[in-house]
Amino acid sequence: MTVNDAGRAASADSLPYGGQPESAEFIQLLTPEGERVENPDYPLDISAEEVRGLYRDLVLVRRIDFEAIALQRQGELGIWASLLGQEAAQVGSGRALGPRDFAFPTYREHGVAWCRGLDPVRLLELFRGVSHGGWDPDAHRFHLYTIVIGSQTLHATGYAMGVQRDGAVGEDGEAVIAYFGDGATSQGDVNEAFIWASVTNAPVVFFCQNNQWAISEPLERQSRQPLYMRAHGFGFPGVRVDGNDVLACLAVTRKAMQAAREGQGPTLIEAFTYRMGAHTTTDDPTRYRLAAELETWKLKDPIERVKAYLVRNDLAEESFFTELDAESDRLGARIRKACREMPDPDPMAIFENVYVEPNALLEAERDQFSTYLDAFEEEVIG
Amino acid sequence: MTRLTLSRALNEGLRKALENDPKVLIMGEDVGKLGGVFRVTDGLQKDFGEARVVDTPLAESGIVGTAIGLALRGYRPVCEIQFDGFVFPAFDQITTQLAKMRYRSLGNVTLPVVIRIPCGGGIGAVEHHSESPEALFTHTGGLRIVACSDPVDAYAMIQQAISCDDPVIFFEPKRRYWERAEVDIAGGLDAALPMNEAKTVVGGTDVTLLCYGPMVKTCVAASAAAADEGRSVEVIDLRSLAPLDTETIFESVRRTGRCVVAHEAPVISGLGAEIAARVTEECFYHLEAPVLRVGGFSTPYPPSRLEEHYVPDLDRVLDAVDRTFGY
Repeated sequence: MTVNDAGRAASADSLPYGGQPESAEFIQLLTPEGERVENPDYPLDISAEEVRGLYRDLVLVRRIDFEAIALQRQGELGIWASLLGQEAAQVGSGRALGPRDFAFPTYREHGVAWCRGLDPVRLLELFRGVSHGGWDPDAHRFHLYTIVIGSQTLHATGYAMGVQRDGAVGEDGEAVIAYFGDGATSQGDVNEAFIWASVTNAPVVFFCQNNQWAISEPLERQSRQPLYMRAHGFGFPGVRVDGNDVLACLAVTRKAMQAAREGQGPTLIEAFTYRMGAHTTTDDPTRYRLAAELETWKLKDPIERVKAYLVRNDLAEESFFTELDAESDRLGARIRKACREMPDPDPMAIFENVYVEPNALLEAERDQFSTYLDAFEEEVIG
Repeated sequence: MTRLTLSRALNEGLRKALENDPKVLIMGEDVGKLGGVFRVTDGLQKDFGEARVVDTPLAESGIVGTAIGLALRGYRPVCEIQFDGFVFPAFDQITTQLAKMRYRSLGNVTLPVVIRIPCGGGIGAVEHHSESPEALFTHTGGLRIVACSDPVDAYAMIQQAISCDDPVIFFEPKRRYWERAEVDIAGGLDAALPMNEAKTVVGGTDVTLLCYGPMVKTCVAASAAAADEGRSVEVIDLRSLAPLDTETIFESVRRTGRCVVAHEAPVISGLGAEIAARVTEECFYHLEAPVLRVGGFSTPYPPSRLEEHYVPDLDRVLDAVDRTFGY
């Protein structure tokens, strides 16, 4: 054992857990005050129209979230996992994807779903309990929500291995993005995905939204090391981006996806952000975190800074904002209506889509249950 | 016809699958240059390349998790789990993801993944190398579970499993890998029995003896020994453990009036319990005796010097058969 090792071992217990980074430690292209800054490694040539487009995404995605929380409070949804505060990380990365790229989400990627063109009403089906997801992943190049923490990172990596085998890596190739959170980085599956992606040089980008909290456990319970630094140990680059900066998330994800497409292998992106709401609607964050922390993060709001940038630089007229408000209201109304009118599935749907090929035992169970249900109807009629 | 060991028959079946469908992949630990610790994949990487016969990192959850991703991309991965006791790191991916993704997607996703698991004891191995975890999987909707018992079935069933569009857990009888039989590897599989059907291995009239995997050979021997004592024991190789071919089981039990289920796995909450319950429900008025089970004890698998007492042998099977005549 070296002197340094000995010293470290001796003081391990007294070391503080990894603290919060300074803002200088991440890639930022738009400050919380709405000032555009340049980063030579991440040049971003973006038109005013494109920034307005991102702003529209951010606003509408937050509206979807707002409506869903309200619908849960009204008893229309069983639960909802809010993305409040993470809009920029999701919209920035989501808009960095090409039409042929494939995204593997957790259960909180409503903003990415939006960018992939999935109707938010489909998300409500899951949280209402009408289905476990049910959309066609291939139609939107957006996989089903995965609830077991970290499992989807292996699916993404395997999918990327398939992309390699299809010869779809190259200049205009395809790449895969795996979403997960800070808590998931402790899972074996995520670490195995890092290993697989590394040794196979798979075209996959690991996009970690570090929202600081895994339900009640702060980041310090998951890691002593800044998360993006873990990538180096696995043999691929890691980068930390201001997760509340939609421009930085766009630029950093674009670069990593392009590297993956071209055959340069995986990148870990740590989007440094904050879960401004509860873990889900069943959670009570006041039991484990201070209100002051939330107040600090409110000053770094991912939407306000884009608005400030647009207004200060005369990149959007007042009518843009009023029209967007109206569009947001229309979206909210449509979501509320669709949710309230969503019918429960037929009871016999329990038995559907378990197997592709016939299964006599399951069919017998289904028939028995069907007969049982029919008996009630006869009683009512009789 | 070619005389093949069970291990070689699997190898030939895998080779056929790789030849017939470019989307078929083999992945696992040591399946490449080494050819697998039981040589089931011997020579396949040399002939089909490293992209199709993949030596993976040593992590079972990763094997199954990436296989799911490859299947989502249109591939048909065949995963090897090196030993039964090593499947548990992958248990999460198998039960929470592989089994449920079609259901979750309302039928939009198809996952034709095969997971091969050498199972059972009798080879003098150390801990975790002799287990029979099939009931842990038959309890999970969305999976198909099959077990081959001889070279002929091994050759056909592995190909049927690979061409099945549902996920299949494929149990291989470890201590029978070196058993030999004549296998037709020149012709197609048209005449082969579908993998979801049970097979009557020995016809009989007095008692139905249900078994699968490594226990089939033991039960056939028990049947022969019983015949010497004047008892006619019908032996059925279940082959498919999920779904069970209950039609074949019930038809036999209604004829014989007695039923014994034999497996290496612990009796408690094992497949025998499920079969006993179903036979009781469906053959109640035909039964001359309760359905009896013979299998492993409610203990961890013992050290190998004791395994001959743990794994049911001919005498313990016959003892159970005899007891059904005591009612």
